[in-house]
Amino acid sequence: METRDLTRPRGPIVIDIENITKDYVMGEETVRALRGVSLKIHRNEYIAIMGPSGSGKSTLMNMLGCLDTPTSGRYEFNGKNVAEMNDDELAAIRNREIGFVFQTFNLLPRSTSLRNVELPLIYAGIDPETREQRAAEVLADVGLGDRIHHKPNELSGGQRQRVAVARALVNRPSIILADEPTGNLDSKTGEEIMALFEDLYQRGNTIILVTHERDIAAHARRTVHLRDGLIESDHAGFIPEIDMATVG
Amino acid sequence: MLFKEIIKMALSSLGVNKLRSSLTMIGITIGVFSVISVMTAIGALQYSIEHGISFLGSNIFQFAKYPANVSASGDVREKYRNRRNISYQQALHYYRLMEGEAREICLKCFAYEVKGQAVYNGVKTTPSLLIVGSNRSFLTANAFTLGYGRNLNDEDVELSRRVIVVGKMVEKRLFPHETPINKVIRMSGHTYTIVGVLAEKGTAFGQSQDDICIMPITRFFEDYGEAKRTVNIATQAFSADTYNRTFDKAIGAMRIARGLRADQENDFEIYSNDSLKSAFVSIAGVVRVGAFVISFIALVAAGIGIMNIMLVSVTERTKEIGIRKSIGARSRDILRQFLTEAVFISEAGGILGIVLGIIVGDMLAAWLQAELIFPYGWAITGVLVCSAIGIGFGLYPAYRAASLDPIEALRYE
Ligand SMILES: Nc1ncnc2c1ncn2[C@@H]1O[C@H](COP(=O)(O)OP(=O)(O)O)[C@@H](O)[C@H]1O
Ligand SMILES: [Mg+2]
Repeated sequence: METRDLTRPRGPIVIDIENITKDYVMGEETVRALRGVSLKIHRNEYIAIMGPSGSGKSTLMNMLGCLDTPTSGRYEFNGKNVAEMNDDELAAIRNREIGFVFQTFNLLPRSTSLRNVELPLIYAGIDPETREQRAAEVLADVGLGDRIHHKPNELSGGQRQRVAVARALVNRPSIILADEPTGNLDSKTGEEIMALFEDLYQRGNTIILVTHERDIAAHARRTVHLRDGLIESDHAGFIPEIDMATVG
Repeated sequence: MLFKEIIKMALSSLGVNKLRSSLTMIGITIGVFSVISVMTAIGALQYSIEHGISFLGSNIFQFAKYPANVSASGDVREKYRNRRNISYQQALHYYRLMEGEAREICLKCFAYEVKGQAVYNGVKTTPSLLIVGSNRSFLTANAFTLGYGRNLNDEDVELSRRVIVVGKMVEKRLFPHETPINKVIRMSGHTYTIVGVLAEKGTAFGQSQDDICIMPITRFFEDYGEAKRTVNIATQAFSADTYNRTFDKAIGAMRIARGLRADQENDFEIYSNDSLKSAFVSIAGVVRVGAFVISFIALVAAGIGIMNIMLVSVTERTKEIGIRKSIGARSRDILRQFLTEAVFISEAGGILGIVLGIIVGDMLAAWLQAELIFPYGWAITGVLVCSAIGIGFGLYPAYRAASLDPIEALRYE
């Protein structure tokens, strides 16, 4: 296990949520997915969010990624109140500030790797040549320089996730959100993806990673544990004991 | 987002379900095709009529019981039916009054009720011969030319001779190897001696002009009856200069022949090239309205088809929409993408309809021996209407797609 860099100076706060709740109303029943979560995340942090299934990790991530809106609470992104943003501003944040990596990759199945990675650039209004060049570069960076014309079904799971990572990176966002990025991969491939994140972190990106695997979480510099929609613990470094306690 | 990009996306996603896209397209094609082909054909005919084609020979006008435009409504029709026939006696009276005033006066009667079938030596023509009773002026008045043999003459009419002038079709069917002149044919239980054969005329307005035979009008009455027949009278002025004077005189003569008092209206129709043109224009108007109604229905049906396929497409591609939104597509990007697809289907179908419509319309025009035209106005209208249909019927599905919640959409499997 590598050394944890706890001495790194802290950057400005990029994500600041306070008392966030999220209720899902399903007929008679109301599921309280988040019940008052507060979190401050600084630039160039590497955070793992852990917790048992159903504890609200994905709900929180979607909120942070401006894909979903909270039932109550305040969310400031780079000092701006997200609740006051309109559809276009939210789309712009998703497009430029945040790179989202999903457990199920979420690639367009009929498009090549190159086209998939180009997609955020299309919505950013970048011209075709620059777009293609940049997409190809990023694909090469994640080790898929020779797979740019392959479609998802012609790639392995690990390769698909690399395409998804490339897509998340192509618009040079400052924050990478990854919701169980290794959940559908074997541990060796998972480690390869984690190496990509480590590299991004070293280059100054902020990384927020959801996982319930301890060895994956071990890559992060800070660990937040969720349980039943509440933050159970928030530690610098990886604290295996707490996770052990949850398990047994 | 760049326009080219939207088009590319639209094309690739339409390519995924080619059958469904094509079926929807065909609806639009039919709608556009029906109106464009009819407009092309009518436009071509109208152009030809306005630029020279004559219904009648030159400087000719005609009197008849019924007007040219028979599409008139019921009670108007009734009025014409109750009108007195133009009898042969009246026609002869007119003929005597106008003798010397006109170059040709053609009295003619058609046996529309008889399907004429000529027989010679056991060989038969198709039962499609139009049997005409007339006089020597028939050829000139109806722009026929004699191929060989002789025309009918006044004596044939006076003596009601069993002589006949036949169209090219009769010669081709019955006399491929010998001359028909002086041969005796049988038709409807009567015998006739062929004295002349008309030169080939081909088709005009969709009817063969060669399936015809002309006998003296007096013989015609004896063989096919006179009682319920009305005679048409075509009069040819000596020249264009005298046309108007002859025309006025002829109306006077016709009124006398019909025994009309000064205060009575003309109880006969006057055909001239002008009146036939306007009759054509009003028939064309009815056909146009019909074509509009058909294509309107077809286009609305096709538009609903487009809406349906787009709604299905939005549902099927919910996940794709979620992905696009999650990486920064704005609602209006999604809206545009789906609208473009709808317009694309519509335009593709529409342009196919326009091309086919012009081709078929012009083929129809060619068959009717009219000038071929390219109806620019209708083509452009077609393109615009298709865009409107695509946008109109694509708007709701596109709006549905655009307003999908990104998370809900992403969770969709
Ligand atoms: N769209 C939804 N509708 C209803 N309930 C939901 C929805 N999304 C999540 N939930 C519920 O919210 C809770 C938290 O879910 P989630 O954030 O996905 O958990 P995790 O990612 O930690 O497994 C769960 O009980 C889940 O069933
Ligand atoms: Mg989850």
